[in-house]
Amino acid sequence: MAITTTPVKLKIQRFDPDTDSEPYWREYEIQAKPGMTVLEALFEVLNKLDGTLSFRFCCRGAICGACAMMINGKIRLACETQVSVMMKKKHPIMISPLPHKKVIKDLVVDMGPFFEQIKSVKPYLVAKEPYPEKEIYQSEKDRAKLTEPIDCILCGSCSSACTIAWWDPNYLGPAALTKVYRFVVDSRDTIRDERLDMVDNEDGVWRCHTIFNCVDVCPKKINQTYAIQYLKRQIVKKKLGFDR
Amino acid sequence: MIYHEAIVVGAGLAGLRAAVETATELDTAIITQVPPVRSHSGAAQGGVNAPLGNNPDGKDDSVEKHSYDTIKGSDFLADQDAVELMISEAAPCIYELEHWGCPFSRTPEGKIAQRPFGGAGFPRTCYAADKTGLYMLHTLWERSVKLGIKTYEERFVTDLVVENGEAVGVIALNIVTGDFEPYMADVIIFCTGGPGQVYGRSTNALISTGSGAYIAYRRGVPLKDMEFIQFHPTTLFGTNILITEGARGEGGYLINNKGERFMSKYAPTAMELGPRDIVSRAIQTEINEGRGFEGGYVHLDLRHLGREKILERLPGIRELAINFAGVDPIEQPIPIQPGQHYSMGGISTDKTGATSIKGFYAAGECACVSVHGANRLGGNSLLETVVFGKIAGKHAKAYMKTKTDRRKGESAILRALEEQEQVREELLARNGNENHAAIRDEMRQTMIEKVGIFRNGPQMKEALDKILELKERYKSIRVMNKGRKYNLDYLRAYELWGMLELAHVITLGAIKREESRGSHYRLDFPKRDDEKFLKHTMATWTPEGPKIWYTDVNVYKYKPVERKY
Repeated sequence: MAITTTPVKLKIQRFDPDTDSEPYWREYEIQAKPGMTVLEALFEVLNKLDGTLSFRFCCRGAICGACAMMINGKIRLACETQVSVMMKKKHPIMISPLPHKKVIKDLVVDMGPFFEQIKSVKPYLVAKEPYPEKEIYQSEKDRAKLTEPIDCILCGSCSSACTIAWWDPNYLGPAALTKVYRFVVDSRDTIRDERLDMVDNEDGVWRCHTIFNCVDVCPKKINQTYAIQYLKRQIVKKKLGFDR
Repeated sequence: MIYHEAIVVGAGLAGLRAAVETATELDTAIITQVPPVRSHSGAAQGGVNAPLGNNPDGKDDSVEKHSYDTIKGSDFLADQDAVELMISEAAPCIYELEHWGCPFSRTPEGKIAQRPFGGAGFPRTCYAADKTGLYMLHTLWERSVKLGIKTYEERFVTDLVVENGEAVGVIALNIVTGDFEPYMADVIIFCTGGPGQVYGRSTNALISTGSGAYIAYRRGVPLKDMEFIQFHPTTLFGTNILITEGARGEGGYLINNKGERFMSKYAPTAMELGPRDIVSRAIQTEINEGRGFEGGYVHLDLRHLGREKILERLPGIRELAINFAGVDPIEQPIPIQPGQHYSMGGISTDKTGATSIKGFYAAGECACVSVHGANRLGGNSLLETVVFGKIAGKHAKAYMKTKTDRRKGESAILRALEEQEQVREELLARNGNENHAAIRDEMRQTMIEKVGIFRNGPQMKEALDKILELKERYKSIRVMNKGRKYNLDYLRAYELWGMLELAHVITLGAIKREESRGSHYRLDFPKRDDEKFLKHTMATWTPEGPKIWYTDVNVYKYKPVERKY
């Protein structure tokens, strides 16, 4: 049984800041098999048409966060985006790097500042020491509070979509603030006050203007804006002295 | 030249755990192909085994019972002392992860929740919904951030430098700049993951190419038991993305095109929770005998579990099924087929993670201690990563205490650096007609078709001929991209050679093992042969191809018996 393929045009933004004066678009035509993802389409280009194309990938199952990019005007994970869904009559599929990130080459951007922000907020549990011999008990209800924020795969889509982060490079951004939220709501953590103080400043939670771009693009459907507003509320309650 | 006392290559669970261990005493750095949180460990779903007894049905569980299940699951090829060591360290390692923040799901009393898994007598698989690997990976990365461990990212390690039988450094390709970089270290731990991408229909990440195992092999460390490849029973039809064993642990059924729960024919007691080798063969038999669905798959039915349980325990599976197969498991069964999932074999190490080269350790899927033997039980791989990552780290620290001459081998490292430059120049200068991506596809297709779930001598001989042909054709490849920066074309062409070498080792070991044991099932030798093959296969690199030899299995406690489930 022959597999029927469909010709598909991809328009990919190319840029090597070392050699190009500005980004440009290059068009490729590939044969798409049923079920093909945009990541597989990029490999088709790399393997058959243009070995100079650069992009990131790893798990190809939407769990590692490596392949976030702009596809048809929206930030998505290339590995979970179906070519057939992105295809529109005559129009090529438009693929460009994550916005508001320094381009290293083509679709590869500098994620360094993003990870530095995450690392700056003490992104680890500080439990009471000495630790118990067995596990620290946590109720199912308390564990449920973690369900949403721990799903973050650090793909950078949210911070890339946030227009506040675009003009304020010091703003911690939705991912780092969601990380703070993840530990503030963890019943096992002991430095809640320190965490709230850490983000109680103009580069922290107060910079969020509830635009919801982060929520709109998050591939894991995490509500970062809620997390940030929650932190704001706790900070206000703490200051007014009725937080506990 | 960059120098660290300890260098860990790879930043998945084993690598991070090893680094967290050595960092308490040694100046430690991690070199990794992807940022730690992108590692393939994050794709593990179902959970991690430890006999905690937190589930009421598991209160009689013990180190001994967990050990025996593991040994029986391994079809008696695992070293029994190594298994006992792993299981006795299981509980402390899990509690440690919990203390560091791992968000395990909870029992009503607030303890770590445990679910049933295949081949296990008790519910002993600790889980965090169905993304246990992801949460463990993030937890260990967070711990490494707390400890301030230096990480060199997007570096693809291409060589291990050995001088007078001692590891002295590694060479890494900086993927971003295209420069080769020399690193000097007194102790080196490889945690570089499995070779899944050697096979078609693999659940593994695209970076799981076995590159670390190949380097060790090339530098003289034997590979052990490489022919034992695990095929996971339930991978998503089409993309072969993993659908956790936890889906069956929570009560999912396997159904053929006649609507039958066919496992009753193959494992009447354990049913869907037989060990993976047996369940995979059962599914493949149903498909081969015409009781599958068109294209070659069967159904994994979760509908009877109900919406609430699916949403609470298996949310990630639901998300994957919807996004990658257009099926909502609450309403429809999931189309699944067996796929390559795990390599029981790897770099031969002892119980301390040490290899035949002084100062060179290995842990995790790239290594073979052996604790999985001929078939790994679900939930034991995550356990192996944290236990043996920690053990390798500990022994690396002890080794450092005895080592008097540090920081050496500079000229050998610089020579190796020069050699890597030459390898690249030579590869880029080839101007043949062969497309390396096509060679990769043919290799993967050959391995899954001919060295797969059901094997036989003549087919494997064909596979071997094909691999030799592909190795020959590799000499005439052309890399289109001659540049330096983020050159994927070169990287993928380069790593392919190591994959072909591993395919060669796997196939030759499988041909020579004239018996059926665990995941290695031969239609022409359907019985286990303890007299001849209760032995580890060892493969040593030679210019003419792998040299195969055998070593004894530690069976000091439990006598091998026939496996029944």
